[in-house]
Amino acid sequence: MEKDQININCKALIIGGSAGSIDVILMLLPHLKAGFKFPIIMVLHRKNSTDSKLSELFSNKTKILVKDIEDKDPVKDGTIYIAPADYHLLIESTGVFSLDASEKVNFSRPSIDVTFESAADVYQDKLVCILLSGANADGVLGLKKVKSKKGMSVVQEPTNAKVPFMPEMAIKNKQVDIILNDNEIAAFINRL
Amino acid sequence: MINDHDIELLLNDIVELYGYDFTFYSKASLKRRLNRLFEIDKFPSFAEFHYRIKSDKDYLQRFIEEITVNVTEMFRDPGFYKILRTEILPAMGTNPYIKIWHAGCSTGEEVFSMAILLKELNLLHKSLIYATDINPTVLEKFTKGIFPLSNMKQYSENYIASGGVKDFSSYYTANYHTALFDPALIQKTVHSTHNLVSDGSFNEFNLILCRNVLIYFDSQLQDRVFNLFDESLAKLGYLCLGSKESLKFSVINLKYKQHAKEKIWRKIK
Ligand SMILES: C[S@@+](CC[C@H](N)C(=O)[O-])C[C@H]1O[C@@H](n2cnc3c(N)ncnc32)[C@H](O)[C@@H]1O
Repeated sequence: MEKDQININCKALIIGGSAGSIDVILMLLPHLKAGFKFPIIMVLHRKNSTDSKLSELFSNKTKILVKDIEDKDPVKDGTIYIAPADYHLLIESTGVFSLDASEKVNFSRPSIDVTFESAADVYQDKLVCILLSGANADGVLGLKKVKSKKGMSVVQEPTNAKVPFMPEMAIKNKQVDIILNDNEIAAFINRL
Repeated sequence: MINDHDIELLLNDIVELYGYDFTFYSKASLKRRLNRLFEIDKFPSFAEFHYRIKSDKDYLQRFIEEITVNVTEMFRDPGFYKILRTEILPAMGTNPYIKIWHAGCSTGEEVFSMAILLKELNLLHKSLIYATDINPTVLEKFTKGIFPLSNMKQYSENYIASGGVKDFSSYYTANYHTALFDPALIQKTVHSTHNLVSDGSFNEFNLILCRNVLIYFDSQLQDRVFNLFDESLAKLGYLCLGSKESLKFSVINLKYKQHAKEKIWRKIK
């Protein structure tokens, strides 16, 4: 699939990232155009102490509303959401978020796999998922499910990632439609 | 993989046969739990899973234990306990007694944390604590008061972060891999199974804690449970929820005032 042909009616965009991904997001936020017709949901691994600071950090880079998610919050278009530390994030078919504090998956909570899989159930072929830099294989199985429902799977170019392992694993497992450098991601989102 | 249709079938049978109603649990997370159990117990097909649940009462007990999430810790969210310690509990010091309900207490780490706070505030002798959960197995663990020794480092850090100044290890006796907590802490605690979905109000409380239980319920069931808590709270009593739970969408919200930005609401009407 070519980078400039995007044939998807995107209803939700989910960005998963681990080590080295926060900088990528800080870089793309200023270039995002407001008014997108889907939610942008971020699932990022980090230490739970940095929880609320992440949304503050991101809010400084964009005028778009950045929200920390609470249980059963409605999922709204045009908004950037951040999964809270120490909970898995799920999406209900009724259009609300659910949180779940069960066992870690891939040593992670939130787990990117859990959110990708749950979103794939709800949004099917109208889902776009982006997997960024990271030292963990979290997200790879999730992308498989996304692909099985005909959603779109994007990863950061491994040579361009601070920690290439995560996108590399996704590519190795043939779960990827598009590979982008960090400075191409904002433009990609703006065209969705 | 178990699909949505199978899940509906299964849940309806469970209500009919056993009276446990999971149909208003959050669908997405329930689906994960069901598929997880289906996998770890290695059922070859949904039909066999379904049959086992219908025909084997003991397996139903395992089902409930595995479908619900029991993860908990002592002084979970230390900032919350700090507010209890410095603001909420001291204000109850003038009450003749303090009645507390831990709804969905799991293995009781939360109850021991509360008992330690009360003891340090010299309120334990006039407190009456009720600890309930849907799952009898976790309650049994609670009454033993034995927890993995490997958790104590983190619990001790949580305790200190919550404003505790004692030596945390003075509350338990270490033995190889376990920590046995002082039974006097829960001597007057009443424990019982109680299903928030189907059981009613059974007493009137000054303080109700229901933390990290409602996230597993859908909005409709959450509202029912909020009404149950409202019926069970004395005027000016407090309701405490988990760090990502809220009363904001609930019908009872108007009768309650949030304590600063904490997950603590006071019944004002
Ligand atoms: C994650 S634990 C919460 C423990 C503790 N409150 C905390 O925050 O650490 C959730 C508990 O809710 C219980 N639970 C689930 N459904 C319930 C129901 N319908 N009625 C009562 N308890 C329920 C589970 O058995 C489990 O022990």
